[in-house]
Amino acid sequence: MANVWTICKRELFSYFATPIAYVFIIIFLSLSGIFTFYLGNFFERGQADLITFFGFHPWLYLFLIPALTMRLWAEERKSGTIELLLTLPITMLQAVLGKFLATWIFTSIALALTFPMWITVNFLGNPDNGVIFASYLGSLLMSGAFIAIGSCISALTKNQVIAFVVSAAICLVFILSGFPMVLDFFTGWAPEFIVEVISSFSFLTHFEGLSKGVVDMRDIIFFVSLIAFWLFANAVLIEIKKAD
Amino acid sequence: MTTMVEVKQLTKRFKSITAVNDISFKVERGEVLGFLGPNGAGKSTTMKMITGFLSPDKGSVFIQGKDCDQHPITAKRTIGYLPEGAPLYGDMTPRLFLEFVGKIRGIPNTEIDQRLADVIDKVNLESVLDQSIDTLSKGFKRRVGLAQAILHDPDVLILDEPTDGLDPNQKHEVRNLISDMAQQKAIILSTHILEEVDAVCTRAIIIADGKVVADGKPGELQAQSPWHNAVVLSIRAASENGISGTLAALDNVEEVQPLSNQAGVIQFLVRPKDGTSIIENVSASAHQHGWLVEEMHVEQGRLDEVFREVTNFQRS
Ligand SMILES: Nc1ncnc2c1ncn2[C@@H]1O[C@H](COP(=O)(O)OP(=O)(O)OP(=O)(O)O)[C@@H](O)[C@H]1O
Ligand SMILES: [Mg+2]
Repeated sequence: MANVWTICKRELFSYFATPIAYVFIIIFLSLSGIFTFYLGNFFERGQADLITFFGFHPWLYLFLIPALTMRLWAEERKSGTIELLLTLPITMLQAVLGKFLATWIFTSIALALTFPMWITVNFLGNPDNGVIFASYLGSLLMSGAFIAIGSCISALTKNQVIAFVVSAAICLVFILSGFPMVLDFFTGWAPEFIVEVISSFSFLTHFEGLSKGVVDMRDIIFFVSLIAFWLFANAVLIEIKKAD
Repeated sequence: MTTMVEVKQLTKRFKSITAVNDISFKVERGEVLGFLGPNGAGKSTTMKMITGFLSPDKGSVFIQGKDCDQHPITAKRTIGYLPEGAPLYGDMTPRLFLEFVGKIRGIPNTEIDQRLADVIDKVNLESVLDQSIDTLSKGFKRRVGLAQAILHDPDVLILDEPTDGLDPNQKHEVRNLISDMAQQKAIILSTHILEEVDAVCTRAIIIADGKVVADGKPGELQAQSPWHNAVVLSIRAASENGISGTLAALDNVEEVQPLSNQAGVIQFLVRPKDGTSIIENVSASAHQHGWLVEEMHVEQGRLDEVFREVTNFQRS
């Protein structure tokens, strides 16, 4: 565990050593603000809640998280530091977890910095803070799943641009699989259970429950097991690809 | 002496290339083993397998008698490794980077400052400690890589071209550093500089096309040179006058070559059969014939000759 934390701190350091941390946080905060106030008609709705704010999160994560994760392994492989890292007395799992945690902690810092939103709605009205808390939890879990996907894809290539594009594409699939547009496409002809399976993989479906304040264990387990699956794949893939 | 590293029938393939082909050797404590070989011979690939970065297709590596496959973490703790090209986290400073390595290596907080000060002094990093590694010159990067490898005072040290890119003073210092540590450790280093083998190695292995083609003490390898024990003889004489004929007729002489003829001094190279010592015969003969010998010495044979010989043989 100490090793995971040491690796995590190094990765976090490296986010803040480059402009990437500040760029990410500024873009994340301004986009979530712009989306909520302009596209989401925050004031016109006259509701004291953050539903529109959280509704945009999957879309923000779609292209912001791959930007964070693309370097995790691709850069190590490109520069050769992977040889240094993996000949230190650590296990593959510790390396994978350390890097994942660093990105997750970083994302939660960005998420925490949206607190003015929360202050604003509490100032304007009487929102259900339990719902808002559940939404934050859901958003954090969902970001974890995005990060695990991005980290795994980053292990496949030395090229960060490829890592970015492929991760974003896979994340998009996970978002869209719950969209009526996609589901309608299947409902006409595919058996009921196929449609269920496809929609059950949707980030939107699982996130929606949480963002309405319904803390369902199944949604939490969904995200946690998805994270575990992608991180496991991540460890296996590096083992295979590290030599190339 | 204890065997620190044992490599048994190591083989590694990359698609169609066999980078390492059935290599076996042992390294004892106190030995400094030099890896020599042409580019692409498989030196780095062998080192990557010893340090556990790559897993071999066949064969196994034992560190202090333990199979690395079964005890990877123990093996990695025992080893200090400078990978080829000294890759480093460029966004960190040497100080932060070494602290990171120290933490992962499990050096206690109470000792880390002392250890850091020690290695920083050994590789002369003082002046660049707080500059980002990306902005360091090549030689300083190499030194950070070295510092990282020796930080935990490992029993086994694997250095892939440790002096590449260092200035002559630093090369000298690093060689001294290696010699100083040699007693307590088993060290494997690769190099393209043959003098380095003479200067620091107690043993050398020449690898070509993934195979070991020569293995021995630097002196023993030199003895394989066709020049080993050859006599170079300078004689003041107006003309060659049958001298080379006389020399060629001596016992154990393989061949006589005139090397130069300047200002009345003729230089001959007298090569022995199978590296036997012929100096006594040659000097007796010179004495007997009353030649005016200006200079006479015995060649030790040169490592680069041997190197060329064994690695070219392999290609053909
Ligand atoms: N990841 C890889 N994929 C494919 N081939 C590789 C890989 N790594 C090494 N090789 C090949 O294996 C062979 C041995 O390479 P290696 O790096 O071990 O040579 P070397 O002896 O260290 O050479 P040099 O003196 O140039 O450092 C080379 O032919 C090289 O092209
Ligand atoms: Mg090499």
